[in-house]
Amino acid sequence: MPSPAFHAPDTVEGAIALLAADPLARPLGGGTDLIVQVRSGRVTPSSIVDLKRIGGLSGVRRDGEAFVIGAATPCTSLKDDAQFSAAWPGVVEAANLIGSVQVRNRATMAGNLCNASPAADSVPALVAAGATCVIAGPAGRREVPVEAVPVAPGRTSLAAGEFVIEIRLPAGRRSGSDAYLRSIPRTEMDIAVVGTAANLEFDGEGTCTSARIALGAVAPTVVLVEAAGAALIRTRLDDAALDAMAEAVRAACDPIDDKRGTISYRKAMAGVLARRAVRIAAERAGVKA
Amino acid sequence: MNKIHVNCAVNGDATEFLCDPGATLLDVLRDTLGLTGSKEGCGSGDCGACTVVLDGEMVCSCLVLAPEAEGRSVATIEGVAEGSVLHPVQQKFLEHAALQCGFCTPGFIVAAKNLLDRNPDPTETEVRYWLAGNLCRCTGYDKIVRAVLAAAAELRQERTPACTRPRQ
Ligand SMILES: Cc1cc2nc3c(=O)[nH]c(=O)nc-3n(C[C@H](O)[C@H](O)[C@H](O)COP(=O)(O)OP(=O)(O)OC[C@H]3O[C@@H](n4cnc5c(N)ncnc54)[C@H](O)[C@@H]3O)c2cc1C
Ligand code: FES
Ligand code: FES
Repeated sequence: MPSPAFHAPDTVEGAIALLAADPLARPLGGGTDLIVQVRSGRVTPSSIVDLKRIGGLSGVRRDGEAFVIGAATPCTSLKDDAQFSAAWPGVVEAANLIGSVQVRNRATMAGNLCNASPAADSVPALVAAGATCVIAGPAGRREVPVEAVPVAPGRTSLAAGEFVIEIRLPAGRRSGSDAYLRSIPRTEMDIAVVGTAANLEFDGEGTCTSARIALGAVAPTVVLVEAAGAALIRTRLDDAALDAMAEAVRAACDPIDDKRGTISYRKAMAGVLARRAVRIAAERAGVKA
Repeated sequence: MNKIHVNCAVNGDATEFLCDPGATLLDVLRDTLGLTGSKEGCGSGDCGACTVVLDGEMVCSCLVLAPEAEGRSVATIEGVAEGSVLHPVQQKFLEHAALQCGFCTPGFIVAAKNLLDRNPDPTETEVRYWLAGNLCRCTGYDKIVRAVLAAAAELRQERTPACTRPRQ
């Protein structure tokens, strides 16, 4: 295997130039997908562009009404930001289900997103949260919802020379919360058979005013199930609303059949986990469901 | 392919090496620097036998490219004992027979020490989750967990003067 060239630019512009100059270049975040893929020969980049030396790309910061997570921020350091963890516990728990401590000390959410696995754990939580990402490239910067990035297993909508520089989530006062649950055959270090994320807002009476439900590992990409969210809005999460939500979730599933889970198992589990995730998000928001 | 020249600190010593741009940190530690304590069990991040501490955070050295180490500090199993004095984690592994073939042991010890450096009083559950990325095919894990908890207890004794020690 020929060794790819290695670059560690210290500016966004430097990285864009390197990526744009070489169609077979790949950005490197934590490398927990990319290095495995290069070593196994599944991808053969001619150069690797490490993003971790770029100033401002690591860490969580506040920018007015948004939390900004630099693309090179490892998942474990999300937990160190108390404000972010309090505002988005579901995103933080999803990112910290990835692999082991060793893996999470390197793995980034941007890498999880751009690897475009349907089973990526942090992505359903980001989609439910309404997160966006800022993409930098030769034509300048653009901001898109995170769900616009993965288009098929292993494929993204990023153009040549483009990469994600940051992920943004709302930071305003919240009257709601979020949660992420996944089903795996063991308790750590496994790939989700189903993943469900719920992000809910409530009014003072405990009526749901906004709901976003997203699923992982049950379709070629992570999916936002708008009908599932709609089933909860203007309800107090009574059984009928939860049943309708779970029904919409099952209807949105288009899973694969493999040794880790059959189609009918994945569908049924998606409904079960979505109910539990909704209940946890409501409890975190101080609402009894 | 041009080699890359890297400067870093390994177990506190300034170190420089030349590597292929695609070489992993584990390749360089073992094959270039002769530090063969870190093991390659899988090469894919699954087993933790290659665990090292990079700028204070434990990582799988099989999933770090060697050029990424430029300017950074790497701590390996070779730096855990002080001279011929074993670290309490190492001592307790021996006393509790927490190893059989020993292939996984360096990774477990580096990971366990990294936990105890930041949390000298972990619960058994915290120990088990912290070590979830380290696989052992021999011991069944229980002796490893006991050894880490015993090392934690010993480190607390060493660090706390007897008169102010909280009741266990
Ligand atoms: C042992 C092990 C266990 C794992 N367990 C899980 C798990 O439980 N759940 C899970 O979801 N994943 C898991 N993974 C997969 C992996 O850890 C995650 O997908 C991780 O979030 C990838 O992030 P990274 O920063 O390491 O990405 P990298 O490997 O650096 O990059 C992944 C891909 O995205 C591209 N990329 C990276 N950053 C950017 C960017 N900013 N802009 C554009 N493209 C970019 C890369 O070129 C590459 O194609 C596991 C991996 C290992 C090795
Ligand atoms: S050799 Fe690195 S995790 Fe197994
Ligand atoms: S002692 Fe043999 S693998 Fe752990």
